[in-house]
Amino acid sequence: MSPSPRTQIIDWATAIYEDLDFTVVHEWLDEVPGRKAAGFLPVYAPKEIIHAAGMLPVGIHGNGAIEIIRGDAYYQSYICHLPRSVIELAESGRLDFLSAALFPSTCDVIRNLSGMWQILFPEMYVRYLDLPQVADPQLGAQFWQRELNVIREEVGRLAEVNVDDERLRASIAVYNEVREVIGQLYALRGKQPWKVPTEELYLLLRAGEVVPPEVFLAKAREYLQAAADSEERIKDRTRVIIVGSFCEQPPLGLIKTIERAGCYIVDDDFLAGNRFLSANVPLEGDPAANLATTFTASAIKTSVLYEPDPNGKKQLMQQRAKAASADGIIFCAASFCDPALLDRPMLRDGAEAAGIPCIAFKFAENSGQFQQFREQAGTFSDSIKLWGDAS
Amino acid sequence: MSDQIKNAQKDESMVIQKEMIAEHYKRLERAPETREPVVYTFVPGNLTELIRSFGCLPVLPEINALQSGMRGKSRDYIAEAEKRGHSEDVCTYVKCDIGMAMAGNIGPTGTRIPKPDLLLLSYTGCYTFMKWFELLREEYDCPCVFLHVPYQGEGKIEPEHRQYMVKQIKDEVIPALEKISGRKYDEEALKERLRLSVQAEDDLVWVLQSAMNKPSPIDAYFGAVYYVGPIFSAFRGTEEGVNYYKALRREVQGRLDAGLGPVAPKGPMDDERYRIVVEGPPNWTHFRELWQMFADEGAVVVASTYSKVGGTYDFGFRHNPDDPLGTMGDYCAGCYTNHNLPGRIDMLCQYLQEYEADGFLINSVKSCNSFSAGQLMILREVEKRTGLPGGFIESDLVDPRYFSAANIKNRLESYFQMVEARRGGATQKGLSA
Ligand code: SF4
Ligand code: SF4
Repeated sequence: MSPSPRTQIIDWATAIYEDLDFTVVHEWLDEVPGRKAAGFLPVYAPKEIIHAAGMLPVGIHGNGAIEIIRGDAYYQSYICHLPRSVIELAESGRLDFLSAALFPSTCDVIRNLSGMWQILFPEMYVRYLDLPQVADPQLGAQFWQRELNVIREEVGRLAEVNVDDERLRASIAVYNEVREVIGQLYALRGKQPWKVPTEELYLLLRAGEVVPPEVFLAKAREYLQAAADSEERIKDRTRVIIVGSFCEQPPLGLIKTIERAGCYIVDDDFLAGNRFLSANVPLEGDPAANLATTFTASAIKTSVLYEPDPNGKKQLMQQRAKAASADGIIFCAASFCDPALLDRPMLRDGAEAAGIPCIAFKFAENSGQFQQFREQAGTFSDSIKLWGDAS
Repeated sequence: MSDQIKNAQKDESMVIQKEMIAEHYKRLERAPETREPVVYTFVPGNLTELIRSFGCLPVLPEINALQSGMRGKSRDYIAEAEKRGHSEDVCTYVKCDIGMAMAGNIGPTGTRIPKPDLLLLSYTGCYTFMKWFELLREEYDCPCVFLHVPYQGEGKIEPEHRQYMVKQIKDEVIPALEKISGRKYDEEALKERLRLSVQAEDDLVWVLQSAMNKPSPIDAYFGAVYYVGPIFSAFRGTEEGVNYYKALRREVQGRLDAGLGPVAPKGPMDDERYRIVVEGPPNWTHFRELWQMFADEGAVVVASTYSKVGGTYDFGFRHNPDDPLGTMGDYCAGCYTNHNLPGRIDMLCQYLQEYEADGFLINSVKSCNSFSAGQLMILREVEKRTGLPGGFIESDLVDPRYFSAANIKNRLESYFQMVEARRGGATQKGLSA
């Protein structure tokens, strides 16, 4: 019997996830001479602009499976793992296909990596993306629109494409669809997590980071339908949110471990760039202005942006838990991850003040032992069930 | 020159600095009664002249944290913050500051530091600043105004970036200061302060560049942290600041005239054997011990990047009183850690050349990704470009758990042996040429 379409999609996504050589990207590049790819680091980059220039946006998320040979020579032991696996990928020639690389203002590690990249790859177009941080949305949008237009022009020059409004609008429309389908997948997973195991959702999104958005859309829609139709039965599990893994990604084994230890993940920060704009970008009017104003008006609340609301951090976990009907929160940050770990006390205090049970642990993308996580997540889940029963 | 004169000269600027700092902290302690508003802000990109022009008193939490490190208090403060859920992985300045607040906020001179009326978050060259003030905002329940300073990702600041900063200063920062002080923005008062800044900046640059002399009359890292103290903190744009730098300049001129080297913790250094450039912040918990390790080897630091975190004046920047808001934007954007990595490498190479240094050393601190992420590449690049030997030591800012004296001493000894060997090599090369 041939595998179900759903299994086929997950097999396809798994193969892409495990492929350290970016074969799908090479295939896409080889299909038409002259095609180019642009990489972007976590968390948020305006993929619409890359796409509008006819280039393939490729998410560079590091990789826990790659053996670090050169990466450690670039980073001290007290710096997170992601940049060393990114450097490893680059220094081993696996990212040679990139014509451009964008580094968002996620943290000082990624910021400084942009300068390292300029030195390591002087032929490549390298750009630091200073996301707008100010409280005034108008001023922030003005600043960001200007930055977007600079990138649009420079990327366009590189691709030898005039990224005019029409092209940019068309790409925005594609990414609006991507946002919508991801929103639907998250909504289904939140409602019926037994139908959408997070390990599958994650693999699908991870594949989406390296294939053209049109390919992703087709697969995601097919998966969504198959998952919605699934006859999978609900199990007695605790509903949890995973917070803090927005940049360095946990190993797949850790995601599986949390779910198998008795938790349903009903919301998370994995590959958060996909959901960074919580609203669709309007298609009427100046597309760069629309991208910018959508950013300042609807970027999600995250550790990588300034929180102007004094109560914002305190209330965030409560809001998320309510929206996802979650029973508890697992703070799951990469070791040495400044944004996640500096935010954690504020978020946790807010959650606990609202009576939401929490646990916290740290991982590295190359963590190989999950026993300790299994025990922690299992105990957490059990205690919530007991506590829930008692109340 | 007699020891008496030497000490008198050494003491003059020290005494002035000590007095002005003590007076500032006393004033801060009295602030709740005198109703002088208190503004917490950071060293890089601080808007001291503007804050002062509103009659507000600045508090620099980084300075308090490093002082806590020097006074042996940071271990307990950090432990307290970690007990409250702060991760062992993050910047120890933040934890030290939070621990200090929890222990009653007693500052370096033993007086109480009042709560802030305003947090002025100049987001310049460090991601952690943002989180630090979000955390303090929870602690103190006070307003926070955010100044986004674009990073020099492309090695420069565009006119639009400058306008963006000016607009924020005009529309966000000034109204916030007007609100807490009850005063209107007074551009003339600000200009006057900026004129004072320029005087102090000129004298500071003269002092730092005196290290181009051989022997250098100053240590431009360990010594320079004292020299930059007033200008990086509360005293830029003040008469006290101007007087301090005049006195310091006189004192250094005296040492220069007498052909003297710097004064290390155990006394004057008469024998300058190595001229070194240093990248990275110092360790504060074992500051004197680390300095003495250098001094024992006859190593004088002739230039450092750390002494530029509060402004890269030696590359020509001066506050411009004729363009008060624009110049503050330029200042913020030009602070050392707001430069991209290639810019930092250029700076080090330039120092090595201009100060005729024998090599450079990186002190990589665990706390600070802003400085540390990429330093191993800086090491290789600077070595490649200058052919001069680079050394690498690791410690932390204020967490004593990460200072291993034996390890650092060993590394320094090996490093200076390498410098010596290269020097021998260079001489031989010179002879055979
Ligand atoms: S894991 Fe955290 S610290 Fe590391 S690069 Fe990503 S955001 Fe920065
Ligand atoms: S991370 Fe570095 S620059 Fe930022 S507050 Fe800490 S020590 Fe200062």
